[in-house]
Amino acid sequence: MVKLSIDGCSVEVIEGTTVLEAARLAGISIPTLCELKDLNLIASCRVCIVEIEGNGALCAACNTVVNEGMTVRTNTPRVVAARRGNVEAILSQHRSACTSCVRVKTCALRKLAEDLAVGESVVSMPAKGAWDASFPLQRDESKCIKCMRCVAICEKVQHCAVWDRAGVGPSTGVVVKYGLGIDEAGCALCGQCITHCPTGALTARDDIGYVLDAILDPEVMTVVQVAPAVRASWGEDVGVSRENATPGRLASALRALGFDRVFDTDFAADLTIMEEGSEFLEFIGSDKPRPMLTSCCPSWVRFAKLHFPNYVDRLSSAKSPHQMLGALVKNTMREEAEASGKKKLFVVSIMPCVAKKYEADVPELSTEGGADVDAVLTVREFDRMLHLFGVDCAALEETAFDNPLGLSTGAGTIFGRTGGVMEAALRTAATILTGEPASLEACSCISATPETPWMAKELDVAGTKVRIAVASGLANTAKLLNALDAGEVEFDFVEIMACPGGCVNGGGQPIRFNTEQAAERAQVLDTLDAAETLRMSHDNPDIPKLYDEVLEKPLSHRSHEWLHTDQETWNI
Amino acid sequence: MGMITMGGRTATDIRVGEFLDSFVKRVEAMPLGTCPIAVQLSLLQASSVQTCGKCTPCYAGIPRIEELLGRVLLYEATSADLAEIRRLAALLRDTADCAVGYNAGDVLLRGLEEFKEEYASHIESAACCDGVEQAIPCVTGCPAHVNVPGYISLVHEGDCAGAIGLIRKDNPFPTACALVCEHPCEHRCRRTIVDAPLNIRGIKKFAVDSVAADSVPTPECAAKTGRRVAVIGGGPSGLTCAYYLALMGHEVVVYEARKALGGMMRYGIPAYRFPRERLDEDIRAILSAGDIRVELEHRIDRAEMAKIFDEFDAVYVAIGAQGGKTLAIDGSDARGVESAVDLLGRIGDGDYPDFTGKNVAVIGGGNVAMDCARTAVRAGAKNVTVAYRRRLEDMTALPEEVEAAIAEGVEMMTLQSPVRIEKDEAGCARALVLQPQYIGAVKRGRPAPVTASKPEVSIDADIVLIAVGQDVQSASFEEFGMGVKGSYFLADEFLRSEGCEGVFVGGDCQTGPKTVIMAIAAGKVAARNIDDYLGFSHELDCGVTPPPARLNDRTAYGRVNIAERPARERKCDFECVEEPMSHEEAMQECGRCLRCDHYGVGALNGKGLGQW
Repeated sequence: MVKLSIDGCSVEVIEGTTVLEAARLAGISIPTLCELKDLNLIASCRVCIVEIEGNGALCAACNTVVNEGMTVRTNTPRVVAARRGNVEAILSQHRSACTSCVRVKTCALRKLAEDLAVGESVVSMPAKGAWDASFPLQRDESKCIKCMRCVAICEKVQHCAVWDRAGVGPSTGVVVKYGLGIDEAGCALCGQCITHCPTGALTARDDIGYVLDAILDPEVMTVVQVAPAVRASWGEDVGVSRENATPGRLASALRALGFDRVFDTDFAADLTIMEEGSEFLEFIGSDKPRPMLTSCCPSWVRFAKLHFPNYVDRLSSAKSPHQMLGALVKNTMREEAEASGKKKLFVVSIMPCVAKKYEADVPELSTEGGADVDAVLTVREFDRMLHLFGVDCAALEETAFDNPLGLSTGAGTIFGRTGGVMEAALRTAATILTGEPASLEACSCISATPETPWMAKELDVAGTKVRIAVASGLANTAKLLNALDAGEVEFDFVEIMACPGGCVNGGGQPIRFNTEQAAERAQVLDTLDAAETLRMSHDNPDIPKLYDEVLEKPLSHRSHEWLHTDQETWNI
Repeated sequence: MGMITMGGRTATDIRVGEFLDSFVKRVEAMPLGTCPIAVQLSLLQASSVQTCGKCTPCYAGIPRIEELLGRVLLYEATSADLAEIRRLAALLRDTADCAVGYNAGDVLLRGLEEFKEEYASHIESAACCDGVEQAIPCVTGCPAHVNVPGYISLVHEGDCAGAIGLIRKDNPFPTACALVCEHPCEHRCRRTIVDAPLNIRGIKKFAVDSVAADSVPTPECAAKTGRRVAVIGGGPSGLTCAYYLALMGHEVVVYEARKALGGMMRYGIPAYRFPRERLDEDIRAILSAGDIRVELEHRIDRAEMAKIFDEFDAVYVAIGAQGGKTLAIDGSDARGVESAVDLLGRIGDGDYPDFTGKNVAVIGGGNVAMDCARTAVRAGAKNVTVAYRRRLEDMTALPEEVEAAIAEGVEMMTLQSPVRIEKDEAGCARALVLQPQYIGAVKRGRPAPVTASKPEVSIDADIVLIAVGQDVQSASFEEFGMGVKGSYFLADEFLRSEGCEGVFVGGDCQTGPKTVIMAIAAGKVAARNIDDYLGFSHELDCGVTPPPARLNDRTAYGRVNIAERPARERKCDFECVEEPMSHEEAMQECGRCLRCDHYGVGALNGKGLGQW
């Protein structure tokens, strides 16, 4: 242990700790910009500078390791003036178009400029950089502050290394690697660079205008659905506490935006379990190469196609839940829409995800009813729409989702966290195989965490040995796939989610600078699951009804037409 | 007429002088990996500062070229801009009145030619060429990419054994490099900007003087692979390769033609620079790692090479440059004429010559010539003279070697070209006849000697030592089928021998006579690539992690140099001439390290240090 003093407080930390971490442990806050815990300690922004007694120069707290007896001051006039000077310097190269910036409320740079009372920049702002406006991931070079957090997270946590540092001297900046176009750089569209960008340099394509047009069109019946993980986070940017941001209030908020039908992707998650679970039961009895891989995360599907193409044929053919629900809407609600005088159905998915903006546009997913989903909004866009409509969310009464595509089980809800899809699948598969309700505990995958590359488990289900693994985060995924390649591990069924921790930490989720909220949001989903009376997908009473009336049975011809796909044919 | 002053330099000029030193230091510490176009632009900016403003092409041209070049640098220029730069630079070269202008134009035009690819890349691909990326200067400058800041910080924290372990991750000859490395790591040391480059070799010497390398255990070997590799040549390159291959779990047999291992470190470098017992420390440590069998006095001919090629899974040929070049002058067949390589070679086996009372002449100006001259002094010679065609400053020998030789009483006769060796009736050398030269125009980057209209001079010489270069004895390998050009082996960038799959070649025999560290680097590269060729991808763990960085000490210090024993004392024996660095000196020197692996660009790309 090392003892030091920070702002007069005596602090004891383990050897090798940085001054920044030591201060955090002592509850002393040092402002930062470029630092990304354990991942990006390049000390480039010079905002976390502190004064260390006996050392003439100011030091960056993020990359200075503590010494025995060190005396640190984090807020002397000299420190504050220098910190302010550096923020001014950063602003001199930043297009401070705050009024139109989607990050105006969550921008770490704007917050710092405000806290440090930085005046108006006297330097003219750089011009907006060029970018393909149709791509789901958007970058505005003129707002980039070269903190390299995107480079770090993409390379170290998400394995893709889409971003790179390039240029000479003062012109050094972030580019797409090898000067490639973003659409050819192996981007999985996980959106983690967006949620870790301190400013508005990286954003998701804004589709609010497109959705508004549909809502305003009297000839269009708008159908909205919300992903499981949205119920864990939608209140964050609209001032509703976790306790009050209930699914019922969420349904009311969606209605307040003028959508004609409000459905729940959780229902489709239950349907996914029926389809994918049945597929797995077929698979486990076959001699197909192991393992079968989940397919409900489009970022993972993109990643597999771009980085591990030899695994694409092992993906479950089940579409992701929101695509399934879209297909059902488009193929079964036409008459209902026409009866109410609408000529067209328009399906909007509220998703914690950026990749789903890509997925919705994959032409190979269309059925005779047309594209499954017409627009995907992130949770951030959804919350912006709530502001746009001035919805006082906290005051909303709770209402139920519309039926028949609104009822769901706890199994559908936990799809939003790592291990959830696997757990839901095991609950149903084990029940079908043994003929009696599965033990929830035996199926639990709650121990899955992005902190370790993958969680593995072996179950004995009615005498059948089932080896499963769960991974989230694409670097973890790459490790797992490499271990499978090397024959170091063998599994029958593997769940992959691209974002560390799953959709609760999705690239489309609300952003809090340097605050990872995955665990807290996952807790919301687990609490909702525990409170449900129905906790297994096959117990959802609307599911057998759907099969009876429309789909016949899981993996039927019609199911295949509407609810399955061959990811190998997807164009990227 | 009024009164006059001394005029000339003003007080401001004197004050500016100190800042110009900073300018020079900046240039000296130019980071490796700097974009050549950025260097061209900064040269032009210096020219711009120097222009007096009189001539049109200079005062109007330079700012315009600066602007255009700035656009090239930022990837914003077109090929039309480049043509404009070329036109303006030619105008500057051809029409400026003084060197400030015309040299700026000339340098720019030469750069446009030299860096053609880089300019094209900036304009066509909006990117710098591959390899343009700043990195940690010392690590990049070291051919073996030793983690220099890492081991310096270990020494600083008192862990010399850890430092040796960390050095060995990339270089199994810590002692050799502590004593005789030409330390290219120091050339661009960032500390130069503050005061002076770190004495990196000195710090390494302190480490191996404090803890003998063979007392620090080598890492555990990987599991046996069952693969066998032959290494031909037991010098720095061959032994390095053998060491890493053994750590990777391969079985290695080293074939050495001479009586002992070490190559030119034993048979080329005199003991007063590198005591044999110190060399043995490194060799003992290397041989302690894994499965290495050594066959001494085993010269490989064509037939045996064929046999080895069949019997082993891979071969590394690192036979060095062991042949002494001769001079085609009259009398070079006289008794008493010997090549430097032969002389130093027999000394390597303990056969010291006795030059008592003799006049010794050495021909050449490289490090080997200095080694011969200083050896001759120690062998009792009455007079030792080095004859060299160019000037003292043109010698390829390290300046400190030249200085040391002079201090030991060696006479430097510069601008003297050997003409013939005169013999006595018995055929023994009697005198060396020299033709005076004067220094002329620069050719291929070096001023060339020109014959002076002065008469020949003759110096008494019973012994003439010829140190004008070395050859590679590659004939039998060429017959076997390995590609050779001149006498040097041909290999691709992965050191794969041209014409023989599974045979790798590196070190002096492939590059021509270079340095110990370059031979070591080749051995390391060969080991990695042989491992890959055998279908493996071993990662070696040295088990040492550098301590966290201390804060930079920005106080300017003098550089601690390694002291040498007094010349009058050291010239009488073959004992090591260098004195150990004291603890306090070493600590101050370590404290100057700026930890570029942690601060500055190292924070961005210093992470790769753990791997090869």
